[in-house]
Amino acid sequence: MAGILVVAEPQGSGFRRVGLEILSKARDLKNSTGGPLAAYVGGSGVADQAAQLGAYGAEKVFVADHEALASGLAAPHVDIIAKLQAENDFSAILFGGTSQGRDTAAALAARLGAGLNSDSTDLAASGSGLQATRPAFGGQNLVKSEWTGGPQIALVRPNSFQASESGGSAEVVAVTPDISEASLRTKMTSRKPVEEGKVSLEEASIIVSGGRGLGAPENFAVVEALAASLGAAVGASRAAVDAGWYPHPNQVGQTGKTVSPNLYIACGISGAVQHKVGMQTSDVIVAINKDEEAPIFGFADFGVVGDLFEIVPKLTELINQRKG
Amino acid sequence: MKIAVCVKEVPDTTAEKRIDPGTGRLVRDEGDRMLNEFDKYAVEEAVRLKEAGAADEVILISLGPEKAVESLRQGLAMGADRLVLVSDPAAVGSDYLGTAKALATVLEGTGAELVLLGSEATDARSGVMAAYLGEVSGRAWVTSANSLAVNGGSITVERQSDDGVDTVEAPLPAVVSVTKAINEPRYPSLKGIMGAKKKPQDVTSLAEAGIDASGVGEQGAKTKVVGVETPPARTAGQVVKDEGNGAQQILDFLIDKKIV
Repeated sequence: MAGILVVAEPQGSGFRRVGLEILSKARDLKNSTGGPLAAYVGGSGVADQAAQLGAYGAEKVFVADHEALASGLAAPHVDIIAKLQAENDFSAILFGGTSQGRDTAAALAARLGAGLNSDSTDLAASGSGLQATRPAFGGQNLVKSEWTGGPQIALVRPNSFQASESGGSAEVVAVTPDISEASLRTKMTSRKPVEEGKVSLEEASIIVSGGRGLGAPENFAVVEALAASLGAAVGASRAAVDAGWYPHPNQVGQTGKTVSPNLYIACGISGAVQHKVGMQTSDVIVAINKDEEAPIFGFADFGVVGDLFEIVPKLTELINQRKG
Repeated sequence: MKIAVCVKEVPDTTAEKRIDPGTGRLVRDEGDRMLNEFDKYAVEEAVRLKEAGAADEVILISLGPEKAVESLRQGLAMGADRLVLVSDPAAVGSDYLGTAKALATVLEGTGAELVLLGSEATDARSGVMAAYLGEVSGRAWVTSANSLAVNGGSITVERQSDDGVDTVEAPLPAVVSVTKAINEPRYPSLKGIMGAKKKPQDVTSLAEAGIDASGVGEQGAKTKVVGVETPPARTAGQVVKDEGNGAQQILDFLIDKKIV
């Protein structure tokens, strides 16, 4: 076993950033695993963009082109990656923690009888393999985990590593998309796409969240305006979601999403344990709350005690001015 | 049609939790335990399908300590018909694959055509079990269902994907994980709670359930915890009172941090 395969998901004419983040990190890791640093790209009409991954350190890029590979469903990818593994015997296969990445990594690990370390925020060389770090309970503990055999499959949380170009170039290898009947049983028949330019919570580098302090669903407009000025995703606390003010997929916290953006701005969120464990691994936390006793001020890097309806629109205006 | 719902007992989501640095496992005896919140949506969906006449039995299946019965009974109180809990000291330390193998074996015995799961558990937060179970049991599988319809021998699901909300179709038998958007779980009625105690609650060992012990527990695990660290807790930063310049102060802070 030697080398690392990074699964990079195409997005538009490029790639989801998490794939580039992992490739950048894997450039260092391959000193311990030996062998080549390879990437897998599966999708429909993605052959042209595959070579871009060379700039991030991929020496070889395997490209599979098939309509079913653009369905968001994992099973077809599992067939192709399992075959690549049989032919190349990689010591590690790394995925980004997207919905498709999670599904593909899990089904591949089950198929190969291999170990999976999920939600990794760090990967390090250990002996001839890797060691994964996973935050437990919102970062209260850091669990270091390894594998009892190979291939070592890991899911990496977005924003864990910096994407950086190394200026290399990759050999692009077209792979025949051999997909089994069983993996085509589940079919995507239509898609309501996410709005153009809208980033998912898990992948967002900036998140602006609203909570009970907003008082009413229509007041999320102030949070959305600030998010738009920063190119950020919008989050919501459990209180706001349970009240029906904002949709479930946007919930941050123990019963919602766990996020680690570079910047998290909490507007009118008290910061109870339920919320804290979903966002305390953010790099920088800014809180705006009218209650100076709110627990969030106990762990925010910068807090303003005041009326969010005064502060948030003004901040939006200041940021827009600065950009313009 | 029978529906199986995979459920899990987890620590109370409102309590602080910790991992035993010696074993690398969750400390199990601290605080209150509860049915995983995400699982309630799967139980609710199964019970609704039964109420609509699309299913005749809802079976809860789980792997965990014997006393988990107490928490899992909530699913029975919501309307599920019976519970099968695999509880065995040899299953402690199972990884995803071991858990999936155990659940798949129980599943075969139930004859369930549709298997529902919550999208993730509030303790492990992995969200991988539906894919594992689909692969291990050889069934079609779909994750992150916002809606689910059963039409004869197939299902139609609207699922939350990375690119939007996708409509997908899959043949039965199938494994489906559901999101919190799928329904609003009911609160069990007093009658439901009382009735739950009388519903069958089978606690079985690995051997009794016909599960191959070599594939589960620590001995079957393909990953191993080698250490647990407790990083310093986040501390309070600067807190200011808004005197009309709060927004400017935030902007200055963000500029200082080179974020904007």
